[in-house]
Amino acid sequence: MDKKKQFCTFCLGERLCGIPVEEVQEVLQEQAITRVPLAPAAVRGLINLRGKIVTVIDLQKRLGLDEENLTASGVNLVVRHGESTVSFLVSSVGDVVDVEKESFEELPETLRGESPKTLVVGVYKLPNGLMHVLDAQRGAQIEEANARELRD
Amino acid sequence: MSDDIVREFLVESNENLDLLDRELITLERDPGNRETLSSIFRTIHTIKGTCGFLAFPKLESVAHAGENFLSLLRDGVLAFSPESATALLRMVDAIRHMLHSIETTGNEGERDDSALIETLRRLQKGESEAQKKSTQEPHAEKPASQGKENETPAAKQQQAEGQLGQAVKLLGNILVEQGMATPEEVAGAIQKQLEGDTRTLGEILIDRGVVKSQDVVAAVQVQQAAKSAARETSIRVDVTRLDNLMNLVGELVLARNQIVQFANITQNTGLAASSQRLNLISTELQEEVMKTRMQPIGNIWSRFPRMARDLAMSCGKQVRIEMEGKEIELDKTIIEAIKDPLTHLVRNALDHGIETPQKRIAAGKSAEGLLRLRAYHEGGQVNIELTDDGAGLDEGQIRKRAVQRRLITLQHAAHMTEREVANLVFLPGFSTAEAVTTVSGRGVGLDVVKTNIERIGGTVDLQTETGGGTTVKMKIPLTLAIIPALLITSGSARFAIPKVSLIELVRIAAENVRKSIEKVHGAPVYRLRGQLLPLVYLNKELQLERGEPPTQAAKSQETARTEPEINIIVLQAEGEPFGLVVDQVNDTEEIVVKPLGRQLKSVGVFAGATILGDGELALILNVRGLAQRAGLIGGERKVRHRDSGCEVIEEPAGNRKNALLIFQSGNGGRMAMELSLVARLEEIARENVEKAGEREVVQYRGQILPLIHVSDVLENGKKQQHAASLDGPLQVVVCKEEGCAFGLVVDKVLDIVEEAVLLEQPAKRAGVRGTAVIQRKVTDLLDLKELVRLGALAEARGR
Repeated sequence: MDKKKQFCTFCLGERLCGIPVEEVQEVLQEQAITRVPLAPAAVRGLINLRGKIVTVIDLQKRLGLDEENLTASGVNLVVRHGESTVSFLVSSVGDVVDVEKESFEELPETLRGESPKTLVVGVYKLPNGLMHVLDAQRGAQIEEANARELRD
Repeated sequence: MSDDIVREFLVESNENLDLLDRELITLERDPGNRETLSSIFRTIHTIKGTCGFLAFPKLESVAHAGENFLSLLRDGVLAFSPESATALLRMVDAIRHMLHSIETTGNEGERDDSALIETLRRLQKGESEAQKKSTQEPHAEKPASQGKENETPAAKQQQAEGQLGQAVKLLGNILVEQGMATPEEVAGAIQKQLEGDTRTLGEILIDRGVVKSQDVVAAVQVQQAAKSAARETSIRVDVTRLDNLMNLVGELVLARNQIVQFANITQNTGLAASSQRLNLISTELQEEVMKTRMQPIGNIWSRFPRMARDLAMSCGKQVRIEMEGKEIELDKTIIEAIKDPLTHLVRNALDHGIETPQKRIAAGKSAEGLLRLRAYHEGGQVNIELTDDGAGLDEGQIRKRAVQRRLITLQHAAHMTEREVANLVFLPGFSTAEAVTTVSGRGVGLDVVKTNIERIGGTVDLQTETGGGTTVKMKIPLTLAIIPALLITSGSARFAIPKVSLIELVRIAAENVRKSIEKVHGAPVYRLRGQLLPLVYLNKELQLERGEPPTQAAKSQETARTEPEINIIVLQAEGEPFGLVVDQVNDTEEIVVKPLGRQLKSVGVFAGATILGDGELALILNVRGLAQRAGLIGGERKVRHRDSGCEVIEEPAGNRKNALLIFQSGNGGRMAMELSLVARLEEIARENVEKAGEREVVQYRGQILPLIHVSDVLENGKKQQHAASLDGPLQVVVCKEEGCAFGLVVDKVLDIVEEAVLLEQPAKRAGVRGTAVIQRKVTDLLDLKELVRLGALAEARGR
């Protein structure tokens, strides 16, 4: 890891999160989302991104934050995922921040739940709070088993 | 050295090599064909020339050895033999190998081809020692050499120009066509040239005063134009560029749809007119771009003659390949998708279908086997047929094998038609590595062929005649990218249904709904021309109502209880028809299929998505997936053969669920039969039963319906007293078997259940498939076909 890294920050409810800026393709304001029946719960639907069909993943649901007040709509953070693209639905998008390597810390042992542990890599201590670093690639991977688990 | 040049050289050479393969095979069949020989020579010469220029010495030396040998063949010094064909084909392989190596590593590789070069030299010398001087003959640019004095200059000219393409006409012909000169005059001028006149044809004719000089100039211009046209009729285009173009056109089509919709709303005549024009142009553009992606099927067939030759040689057989419809074009992706299945089938036919010459002669056939490939258009699809005149499949063996492998029951096997039996080879698990007989080896991987063809929306069918050969027939769609679809609304969402799986639309008016939709043990069905059509409600299947804002459509569905009108879309999945009930049927549209993300792969009921005219998305229904979800077709395989309506059920059934009709027949015996065989349940008054000979019949829906008393037939044709139902109406189960309807008279219809049937005991009586425990009661499973047969027998005896 370089000494300095740039992160694109966004909020999930009250939570400040970030993913490396180079993974973000673009940010879209509210879009008309077409729901996909029977889809895994974390999949909100599909959007039409200039003629390309992009899957929208509700990042709050993906992280298992069901109990906190969910945003009905939000901002789309379009992220490249291998050959394809996915869009993460987040509450709002903040600035791009430079972070120092020293301010990184691993997750505390007290963290519960399977999804946060696999998706949250760690936190950066920023002046205005803690930024959760998310693994966008893993976030985009919704396996069949996972889908079933989330639906149940 | 520029990479581009090398790349171009590779592409061009690879094409040339494919051409060589074909031409060498042609030549082997017809050694006297000088035209083919010249063409082969030119191709090798081009390759040699280019690789000399690009500094690939090894490649050059191989090509050079081949060229030297070919020049002797071409000049008629040597005769073309099978040995030469083999050597030249080996040379083609060697060149191909080196090209591949250049493509991947950038150099020619470590291959040692000295043996091959030696063979070519030996062939060249072995027979040409006597005419040594001719081997010294230069072999390159001069199109003609010895032994050609008798050829006319016109032929020479033709030969030279033949390289530019057939489109180029001779100057003399042009003049004759334009009426400037008579054929005799031109012939005279050519004669003059033959006698040593060095002037051109035009000059001679002008000097003779036949034509004016400006006419000749005009004719030459025509000729030149044709030449340059012949040179530039095709250019190479990167495939990804075509794909991009295709995507953009897809986008354009969508934008056009939006504008057309907008124009319809605004009712501005100017806008309407331009949108109409835009509509036409983009439709045409779409077609043209689609055509750029089309490739003749001959492209994949072209490698079969070579493959067949090698394969036939290695197993000591003689095979001739005939092709018809090489020019039939299919989308590139489809061509790619059918390449392997086709190769597999050809290999299979050669390996197992066509017999050795000895066997063929013994069977009264010609020693040489024939493999015919045929492609033709039919109903918007392309049919591809692959026919061999080999041994065919041994039905008995297939039956035995399928039963052995527990793909079907013994009883079923006994009742299947030839066609059904033949198609068993496509079942997964039919074949195994341990090839017991040649026949069993025949099924290797055929299920993969079937799966691959079905994946692109095609179908496969196999017909065979023991001893007479096998025909595999495939139906393939022309393209995958843009498909015609029916748009429907359910819940508040719109969906697209590919028209391929669509059979018909049925609308039931509100006042008829109540009596038209019936329930079979809770499962809704509709009588479509006398057949029970299971109904699937899309809203229910996709869990659409819940959490949806009630739109107009949904509301009408809500208040539906009282006066709904029902739209049934009759679809077909794996040959099994079913009715899909939707809220609204909207329109048909050409849609561009876009893939769904990996996250949605597990859903299974959607084949993709598309962008509609108004920019909104619609999901494309995967009819097969939907039917599977609704339980209409099992994840376990239930094969229904379209022709006969008989089913073959895979036997490892333990947990397979089947809808069954349970009835009582003869002394309180419980019996069951598959609901899928039942057309209707009827009560028929006794006085309506009439006699036709010994046969009991009733008039039913304008037809004569023969009746079969199940208990009578099963109890060896003895007439029984039907004490239980002597006075009530007859309980009749109307069935269809082999296209004719008949009624089974039973004592009482008990129930309809869906249960996994495990045959506990094999059949003890004829007409019964076995005994099983259904609903915790011992129940005999009826064998319908056998029953009908027995019924007919009993009748004959009665007479």
